[in-house]
Amino acid sequence: MTEQIILKIEGANKRFGGLQALSNVGINIKQGQIYGLIGPNGAGKTTFFNVITGLYQPDTGSFELAGKPYSPSAPHEVARAGIARTFQNIRLFGEMTALENVMVGRHIRTHQGLLGAIFRHPAARKEEADIRRRAQELLDFVGIGQFADRTSKFLSYGDQRRLEIARALATDPKLLALDEPAAGMNATEKLALRELLVKIKSEGKTILLIEHDVKLMMGLCDRITVLDYGKPIAEGVPADIQKNPAVIEAYLGGGH
Amino acid sequence: MSNLFDTKNNPAKAYMSFAVLGVLLVLFPFVAANFGNSWVRIIDFALLYIMLALGLNIVVGFAGLLDLGYIAFYAVGAYLAALFGSQQFAVLLESFVNNYPLVGNFLVTLFGPEITQNGIHLSVWLIVPMAAAVAALFGALLGAPTLKLRGDYLAIVTLGFGEIVRIFMNNLNAPVNFTNGPQGINMIDPIRIFGVSLSGEEGSNATLQFGNFSMPSVNAYYFLFLALCIGIIIISIRLQHSRLGRAWVAIREDEIAAKAMGINTRNMKLLAFSMGASFGGISGAMFASFQGFVSPESFSLMESIVILAMVVLGGIGHIPGVILGAVLLAALPEVLRHSVEPIQNLLFGKIWVEAEVLRQLLYGFAMVAIMLNRPAGLWPAPKHEDRISRTNEAAA
Repeated sequence: MTEQIILKIEGANKRFGGLQALSNVGINIKQGQIYGLIGPNGAGKTTFFNVITGLYQPDTGSFELAGKPYSPSAPHEVARAGIARTFQNIRLFGEMTALENVMVGRHIRTHQGLLGAIFRHPAARKEEADIRRRAQELLDFVGIGQFADRTSKFLSYGDQRRLEIARALATDPKLLALDEPAAGMNATEKLALRELLVKIKSEGKTILLIEHDVKLMMGLCDRITVLDYGKPIAEGVPADIQKNPAVIEAYLGGGH
Repeated sequence: MSNLFDTKNNPAKAYMSFAVLGVLLVLFPFVAANFGNSWVRIIDFALLYIMLALGLNIVVGFAGLLDLGYIAFYAVGAYLAALFGSQQFAVLLESFVNNYPLVGNFLVTLFGPEITQNGIHLSVWLIVPMAAAVAALFGALLGAPTLKLRGDYLAIVTLGFGEIVRIFMNNLNAPVNFTNGPQGINMIDPIRIFGVSLSGEEGSNATLQFGNFSMPSVNAYYFLFLALCIGIIIISIRLQHSRLGRAWVAIREDEIAAKAMGINTRNMKLLAFSMGASFGGISGAMFASFQGFVSPESFSLMESIVILAMVVLGGIGHIPGVILGAVLLAALPEVLRHSVEPIQNLLFGKIWVEAEVLRQLLYGFAMVAIMLNRPAGLWPAPKHEDRISRTNEAAA
């Protein structure tokens, strides 16, 4: 299999006033990889995430998704191009049921407009049924199918994380970008999350992952980039990253 | 209550309750008319308010955009019906001729002598879609500058827009007379459906005759408004359970997440403003034809607040709740007007508390009571927190 490059970013820069939040960050993610982005607090991981998903405007940088350049100018266009994300602090549509949350994810891959909604002609009915079926499949896939009719804000924390992933998967993304999906989880939940991510990978999906839990990342990721003060300080397979003196210094401080 | 109308799980029962409800709704005006036509008239207005509240519910309830100027679209619909259903267009042409002879004479030759003499008198079949379309356009126009605003800021700006529209109506009688200013436009055509005037023919004492069968004009309007209301209810329900409805609710719940899911929030918000406004426009056109008279006074800020109160009090975002809220708040003041003063006259021989005063008192009291006891409204959307535990118990 020729390994297609899904996400290729070169020379991304982002400055907030006097703070250079990202300087010359580049990344190459291949089809089917779980790609990790780690770094100490304030290293710029989430900023980088927000830049590639269109929430922040980068100052410079070239962005390519599956061989096609895309401009991260608006989040909804990035989602349409094929990057789906989750949020560090879960952002579900709280008053909607779990199923409806995932159905919203199908929005960009479906087309019914005003007339379809009002007249419910056969094509509109079929599309609506397809949306519903696909959403239920995804809920089953992440393991919360039995909670489909529950209002999402009443789901447990771990299940909310899963729901957010299911919602992101509903957009048929080329790249699934997860911002600290294990944050606040206990050991059991982390293990279950890890299984889920492996399962998603086995479906041929590509994942970009930010995480603090280095142990989790080392076992899970195919490649890792380490950021520190907005600069990439190391890139490679987990085993190399672990031995890299620059990484050790960044995490444990100089003079170690 | 809700399982009576559950077509999915219990179709036989649901269709039965719909049939009963339908019969009640059809019989209602004939029964009420025995106690005086004014009761039917009250319900006619309640139906207009249901349309308005459902329109506002799309903007506030579904998309979560707090709109305090919603009455503007009601005004647009009403003035549109007035301009194209009365002498006013002739007055407008005349004022053009007097002030800008060049434009005026051109318009006179353009429209011909008939319109110059008598104005334009369009049929209801044109007025309703036009009112919907023009109000929708205004909805998008007034919505566009507010797209980046949320919450309080949005409320303030829309409040301003609502007032601007009213002030325009008040002052657009000079230099060219579009709206006849504070005096308003009167002699608006009653609605004619298949040649039958819903206000009754002249000299018929506001009664419609179909062969041997006759009914008062208010009943005829009741059925027209009821039909429009049912149409709007169906459209509302279908929108809510569609791709668009979900996108609106997603924006209300979390705008950033909605964007990240690929929803073009700008377009969806404009669509919400337009859809909501179009319901308001239809309602306004019906109001103008029903009353035969419009003036800027009918479109004050207080009206916007009342409609918002209907939505909030009934159950924001929940269609049956909004209908309930509209009926209660629209009927309450009228019922008081018809009962408070006669009862006091009967009991004390004179009036101690005027209906208007009592209305305001009860309004305030109702609002406080609702906010304390049922902050989500009288009939809020059901929440599904316990459904799973019930099935778990069944399994255990």
